[in-house]
Amino acid sequence: MTGPALIGLVVFFLYPLCANVFYSFTNYDLASPPKWIGLRNYEYLFTQDPRVGKAALNTLWFVVILVPVRMACSLGIALLLTRRKRASGFWRTLFYIPALVPPVASVVGFVFLFNPGAGPVNALLRTFGVKGPLWFNDPALSKPSLLLLGVWMMGDIMVIFLAALLDVPKDQYEAAELDGAGPGNKFRYVTLPNISPVVLFSAVTGVIAALQYFTEAAVASSVANGKTGIDAGADQLLGYPNDSLLTFTQWMYVQGFSSFQLGYAAAMAVVLFVVAAAVMAVLLRRAGLFRQKGA
Amino acid sequence: MTTQPLTTTRPTTGAPAPARPPARPGGTKRALGWIAEHALLVALAAVFLVPVVFVVLTSFMGGHQTLTGALWPHPFQWSNYLTAFRTAPLGRWFANSLLYAGVSTILMLVSSVPMAYVLAKVRFKGASILFFAVIIAMLLPPQVTQVPVYVMWAQLRVVGTFWPLILPHLFGNAFSIFLLRQFFLSIPNEYLDAARMDGNGEWGVLTRVMVPMAKPGIAAASIFMFFQCWNDYYGPLLYTSENPDHWTIAYGLASFHGAHSTDWGVIMAVTTLATLPVVLVFFFAQRTFVEGITLTGVKG
Repeated sequence: MTGPALIGLVVFFLYPLCANVFYSFTNYDLASPPKWIGLRNYEYLFTQDPRVGKAALNTLWFVVILVPVRMACSLGIALLLTRRKRASGFWRTLFYIPALVPPVASVVGFVFLFNPGAGPVNALLRTFGVKGPLWFNDPALSKPSLLLLGVWMMGDIMVIFLAALLDVPKDQYEAAELDGAGPGNKFRYVTLPNISPVVLFSAVTGVIAALQYFTEAAVASSVANGKTGIDAGADQLLGYPNDSLLTFTQWMYVQGFSSFQLGYAAAMAVVLFVVAAAVMAVLLRRAGLFRQKGA
Repeated sequence: MTTQPLTTTRPTTGAPAPARPPARPGGTKRALGWIAEHALLVALAAVFLVPVVFVVLTSFMGGHQTLTGALWPHPFQWSNYLTAFRTAPLGRWFANSLLYAGVSTILMLVSSVPMAYVLAKVRFKGASILFFAVIIAMLLPPQVTQVPVYVMWAQLRVVGTFWPLILPHLFGNAFSIFLLRQFFLSIPNEYLDAARMDGNGEWGVLTRVMVPMAKPGIAAASIFMFFQCWNDYYGPLLYTSENPDHWTIAYGLASFHGAHSTDWGVIMAVTTLATLPVVLVFFFAQRTFVEGITLTGVKG
């Protein structure tokens, strides 16, 4: 019964995972067979590649800023919603909908709304006498602009937090109240311990998602730059403005599938794997997270 | 300050009714809190809705008007939608997305349902190792295995076709397996034992007991899969971007603006159209969908 899925696990996961390590020690352009070059890819990656450092730092920005901010906002809204008795479905749906919109559509929409000259956001700011910034066209603001988009799309985490919050046993709150706990202490001593597995889960999945941050940044770059699809001149296009949106996976895409330096892209994948595995080690140590009663 | 006789204090449960005049100082405070909370909620909701409203409004504006920072279309220009269909093969993009998402979903079900059943309900050696493998495959970024997978497809000479996007789902999807397993776990073992007593093999138990009972879970996994493919940008970029006949709506939309970079009205019309099917499906399958997301929030 597990046949097809087992084949899938081996062919599309275990084998490529190992093969990737082999490719990372080679020079491979798909046209001729891979040529063993030892550690040269890694040497170039860590000491010479002019853009990989920038890409890694940008990715780190999304890990360190985007993930916590998204989590804090979704927890805040989920807390507000747990107190709604009536029409909770309506509110939940309302905050969830942005998470459904195809990411490409929301990026195109946001780049338009925030476009510096005629975008509605800056038009609104102008009515208040404020001169709007350049948003996606300003290297200093392009990442924060994507952060706004990321917060707007936080519905998926919010719904998970909401479910966890609704599961917190009511009698624990009552007991805390009898002990004279205020809202702050109730949150700290009752809510947080109860939802901590879910918080940990969304932190880990959030970090893994941020490590592979690609679509939003790539599309924002190309739309803000006014260019067509990414394939033509990907290396020049991605990261606009001024490499501020170039992430690790985008640089890997350029190296591997635009310049066909597949060996080098494989070395980048190994680095990504090591970082992601370290993040997951935290999760797997708490493996009880995935076991359910009756399993 | 009270006009009412003091009664014994009862533990208050839930939100107080706003209509009742506050009897105690705490009541006033709570009523104010209720108002503040709702004001905050309404304001937040407005902020979350504004981008959608503006995008839809802009889709009815003429090209010159979108460059003036206008907030309301004047006049409403419906022709943007016609222009969108005339200038881009939108029908083909939609059909391609439907093909990619629909076939992938069916293939995913064929392989992931049995695997999830085995992981949830069959005891065997190595079950936990297998489950960990699924979890890791689910969590690791796909880019980690991208180079060898791409090489595989290139050697099969199918880069530029739908095969690299669709075929892997015939061999299971880690996230769906995980989601379905969570659903299957919630079905009591007594039902399975009863079915086995009636002489059903594992296939019989799966098809006659588990699948009918886990219909909401299967629906949720299917919707997830469908949306994931419909919204996918990276896959089509990697495998079908050089073949415009195989562009999906997500990829097509990203490429559309360059050719029409001045006419934001038309671009926003395409953006609205790309989103519409997802929102429609969501409204028809809302309960199932939210249930599905809720279950992915694993409980300790």
